[in-house]
Amino acid sequence: MGWLGPEEWQAVALSLRVALWATACSLPPGIFVAYALARWRFPGREVVNGLVHLPLILPPVVTGYLLLLTFGTRAPVGAFLQDIGITFAFRWTGAALAAGIMAFPLMVRAIRLSIEAVDPKLEQAAATMGASAPWVFLTVTLPMILPGVLAGAILAFAKAMGEFGATITFVSNIPGQTRTVPSAIYAFLQVPGGEGAALRLVVVSVAVAMAAILMSEVMARRLAKRVGGA
Amino acid sequence: MTLSVTLHHPFAGFTLDVSFTAPSGVTVLFGRSGSGKTTIANAVAGLLRPQKGRVAVDDRVLVDSERGLWLPPHRRRLGYVFQEGRLFPHLTVRQNLAYGRWFAPNGARKERPDHVIEMLGIGHLLDRRPGALSGGEKQRVAIGRALLSAPRLIIADEPLAALDEARKAEILPYFERLRDDVETPILYVSHSAAEVARLATTVIALENGRVVGQGPAEQVLGDPTITPLGARSAGALLTAIVAAHHDDGLTELDAHGCPLFLPKIDKAPGSQTRIRIAAHDVILSRTRPEGLSALNILPGTVREVRAGDGPGAILSIDTPAGPILARVTRRSVTALGLLPGSPCHAVIKTVAIAPEDVGGA
Repeated sequence: MGWLGPEEWQAVALSLRVALWATACSLPPGIFVAYALARWRFPGREVVNGLVHLPLILPPVVTGYLLLLTFGTRAPVGAFLQDIGITFAFRWTGAALAAGIMAFPLMVRAIRLSIEAVDPKLEQAAATMGASAPWVFLTVTLPMILPGVLAGAILAFAKAMGEFGATITFVSNIPGQTRTVPSAIYAFLQVPGGEGAALRLVVVSVAVAMAAILMSEVMARRLAKRVGGA
Repeated sequence: MTLSVTLHHPFAGFTLDVSFTAPSGVTVLFGRSGSGKTTIANAVAGLLRPQKGRVAVDDRVLVDSERGLWLPPHRRRLGYVFQEGRLFPHLTVRQNLAYGRWFAPNGARKERPDHVIEMLGIGHLLDRRPGALSGGEKQRVAIGRALLSAPRLIIADEPLAALDEARKAEILPYFERLRDDVETPILYVSHSAAEVARLATTVIALENGRVVGQGPAEQVLGDPTITPLGARSAGALLTAIVAAHHDDGLTELDAHGCPLFLPKIDKAPGSQTRIRIAAHDVILSRTRPEGLSALNILPGTVREVRAGDGPGAILSIDTPAGPILARVTRRSVTALGLLPGSPCHAVIKTVAIAPEDVGGA
């Protein structure tokens, strides 16, 4: 990509890495939480639902500060994780954690909707034919919600690419470590003559966001076809 | 094989309180919607956990609330044919058929897939997805899927209710074949008198969550006191042998020595058949009627008179062909002096015997 300078390219590559890890690591818990919210009635369900949605509603700077209070090097959880070799503070891993948490509500919402579209009667039918609950999930529920899972993952990826507030609060804006595309745009705009670089990164951001929206729409249509095919 | 069921389960509005045993063959849970039929089927399948009860297939206990035993559905090995089919839309017909079989224990796979596919006539559908099947085709695949999961018992919950008359006529023979060719017993939920007449070996009649009659189909349907669908839908069963097909479009049956004529049916002479005589199609006469267009006149004696609150009464008549039911007005009962023991003649209009009420016995 000749038209991107080395600093800009570094930001794009870092953003891609952060967003990929954030999406991949939040996918299994995202499916689990979406399934629990869609299908199980348990005490505290509303609390879990609220916690999942909190990053969507809170100012991102608050989420970032809460992460710092929890996973900072001097915070109890952060200190423990550092002892076993996992550091989040001021590292790209911290940027991935912040991006993952900010993207989690979007992912869970998309997957939950697709699970709610699956007729539980089909799962009952599978059970009467000898499939235990995990098998029912793997052979009936999961294949039917796959487009929804993909749509959720794409949305989460795009959100992770664009995360700014929580990231900069939690892990600052360190070139090559935590300077993702949005942080880089912000930094370029602070220096004279940085508008060109900032604009090029804006183009990248818009392209990624548009592609994500289009792909998740296509997936949603395929889901409707698959679930309605009975 | 014996299925024994005792259930007690309260709902908003009514309480299900039933106890029955079902021998081999097709046992029909027969009653109006809301009488508790599907609830019983679901409790047997494990889709509903009853407050109290015991369900056992032979000596295998599926539910025993006293011992705190409740097997989850996937450990019961029952094949369920649902009203709406419930085929898996993301799998092909072939994969749907293989689904239940995959979970069945090796030793239990009695039915060969090619045999089942041929019996149900679904060989040309194997690579299609359920979305591309007609309602009747879906139900045939659903039957095959249940059968191939090597069940101890097949449960069919109104499997024809969502189909039009033509599709019903298409599927019913497959259930007859299932009853006659396959050892697996069937628990069949229905509110259709015609389906009961065609399929039932045993009938469990239900009203408001209670069993109001149970026993062999002929006996339960011939009892004027058991009318789970109301007196309007009462009708008795007669078994007969196809005697001859006549050129004028009629088939003659031999019902224990009595000739019975009905519109031509598609069965070979000599084969056994079972017909349902609707009670409202029977006219009673104290003397043998003459100069009448009806071809079927059976001599008999009144066994029982059951008068309801309305203008009608149901009488059971013992005839040489078997017991039949007649629905006449109470005024006629009084005018003719019909009492238990009175000799009379039952007149059945030939064209009133509907083809959907004629089946293999």
